[in-house]
Amino acid sequence: MVRYIANKLFYTLISLFILISATFFLMKAIPGDPFMSEKKVPEEIRQRLMEQYGLDKPVFQQYIKYLGDIVQGDLGISMKKINQEVSDIIGQTFSASLKLGLVAIVVSVIIGVVLGLLAALYHRKIIDNITMVLAVLGIAVPSFVLASLLQYVFASKLHWLPTMGFKGPLYYVLPVAALSAQPIAFIARLTRSSMLEVLHADYIKTAKAKGLSWFAILTRHVVRNGIMPVVTYMGPMTANIVTGSVVIEQIFGIGGIGKQFVQAITSRDYPMIMGITIFYGALLMIARLVTDVAYGLIDPRIKLNARKEG
Amino acid sequence: MEPILQVKDLHVSFQVKGGEVKAVRGMNFEVGKGETVAIVGESGSGKSVTAQTIMRLIPSPPSIVKQGEILFQGQDILKKSNKQMEAIRGKDIGMIFQDPMTSLNPTIRIGKQITEVLIKHQKMSAGEAKKRAIEMLKLVGIKNAEARFNQYPHEFSGGMRQRAMIAIALACRPSLLIADEPTTALDVTIQAQIMDVMKDMQERLGTSIILITHDLGVVAGMCDRVIVMYAGEVVESGTKWEIFKNPQHPYTKGLLRSMPRLDQKKGEPLIPIIGTPPDLIKPPIGCPFAARCDKAMKVCERIDPEATVFSDTHLARCWNLHPMAKEVHPNE
Repeated sequence: MVRYIANKLFYTLISLFILISATFFLMKAIPGDPFMSEKKVPEEIRQRLMEQYGLDKPVFQQYIKYLGDIVQGDLGISMKKINQEVSDIIGQTFSASLKLGLVAIVVSVIIGVVLGLLAALYHRKIIDNITMVLAVLGIAVPSFVLASLLQYVFASKLHWLPTMGFKGPLYYVLPVAALSAQPIAFIARLTRSSMLEVLHADYIKTAKAKGLSWFAILTRHVVRNGIMPVVTYMGPMTANIVTGSVVIEQIFGIGGIGKQFVQAITSRDYPMIMGITIFYGALLMIARLVTDVAYGLIDPRIKLNARKEG
Repeated sequence: MEPILQVKDLHVSFQVKGGEVKAVRGMNFEVGKGETVAIVGESGSGKSVTAQTIMRLIPSPPSIVKQGEILFQGQDILKKSNKQMEAIRGKDIGMIFQDPMTSLNPTIRIGKQITEVLIKHQKMSAGEAKKRAIEMLKLVGIKNAEARFNQYPHEFSGGMRQRAMIAIALACRPSLLIADEPTTALDVTIQAQIMDVMKDMQERLGTSIILITHDLGVVAGMCDRVIVMYAGEVVESGTKWEIFKNPQHPYTKGLLRSMPRLDQKKGEPLIPIIGTPPDLIKPPIGCPFAARCDKAMKVCERIDPEATVFSDTHLARCWNLHPMAKEVHPNE
């Protein structure tokens, strides 16, 4: 187990290195620089600024210097928010994103699994049909469309919920709904098909022949075996929710890391773009690692140390 | 002998798109205390449906019990509520299935799969249940039972898993064990071991056994009585000796003839029963075997034969055995 995780971490570092390099050169390939604006900046001042941030040097030299800083854990200073460390900005804004993301993940898993289970138990009945229609809708409608729609109906027309901001529990409802719709739909479908398979498995007949009650069969024998595909999906889902929140935070005016990311890109704040990309990348890779470990804990047939890469 | 189970005129059907599949059409049999009864027949003859109906394991719909009674210890199982059935399953009637590779839950330790049934029915504490479960594992011949208790099914071989299934089925000392083709999925040497385990457990616990199989070798090895099923009906039943030494029904004779023999010459073909069983959506009005029978008469296609009784235990349903058939076949 420990060896497996160490092995996995090694590959994670390689992936991160590739991510950093690709982002760095792509970012430099975009026309423009941080000090372009509508107001004409005098050439000498521009030159001074470029020198101060090391932007006058060849791109490859900048890249080597950046890598050196990263290894020392230094993400640099924002070029737009004067004298603020990138890591500090991430630290301050991430808590809002984390809260939103965690709530969305928990809500997605609970509602998705429950809906999928109900659909499987009432296979080909009304509940099943309704759930599956909703699931198709949920997968098909993009989160930003849903977000605007929710704002229009529940905030603008009905005045039940706040449109913008992030000041209390009520402010969570709409963004979480917009973020979770897609994962819920996906999880419901996954759970349904896998539970249907498990419900027809021989060992469920064995459990019945033991005289266990239906409730005991469901909780002890069905759910644990049927939940596996959902665990597999947890990694990609975390990615979906985290990246999805970039747009959602913007729409709902939540001062999270996603909003910072969008601002950084539009203003060519190079250190911020790099810093947040690395942060996201690391987050997703950790989510995958956790998923893999959880896999082994739920299904004893999966031996982590027996596998090299997965 | 006091019967522990009496099946009386049992009819079971399945509702399907094309109509109604009459899977079991008038089963009658008894199982005495400590007795082993084999139900033999080819695939689709209704033997598994009969077994699972006794346990009420087939969901309804699509299955419907059209008529009949299943008396277990004098009480009709078909009239029990679901809650009452839960108290019988696993406690008074145990069951083992065909494929031990898929019959155990892959994500739960073997030990827990045994203690589960003990905690449910015997109201044992976890500690007591563990002691009994290890004892059961030892009884079914699993070495190193303490260590095996904590293993998962994938760490067991096929034969070991079937032993574990037997341990689960017999953990509460049920008075009846239904074994639905328990050796079909195992290789021959393991088959013999599993049959030995079942026989040994029967001697220790005095359990009655219904053994469902299509392997006549297994039947010869451990059964007292044999019921031959064809197209949802009992075509012949008798003691093991009556069936093997003095078979009466053409189908039983065909089954015995089709078995490979040790003294068979090399290259000598096996003797099959030509044809396929009838479609049970529209079962024939006459004898269901008539279409495949080389002794079929006109009456066979029109009227389902009555039972001809040869002894207290032996009967067969075939018009050729009827007293009046002597006049048709004067030479026999």
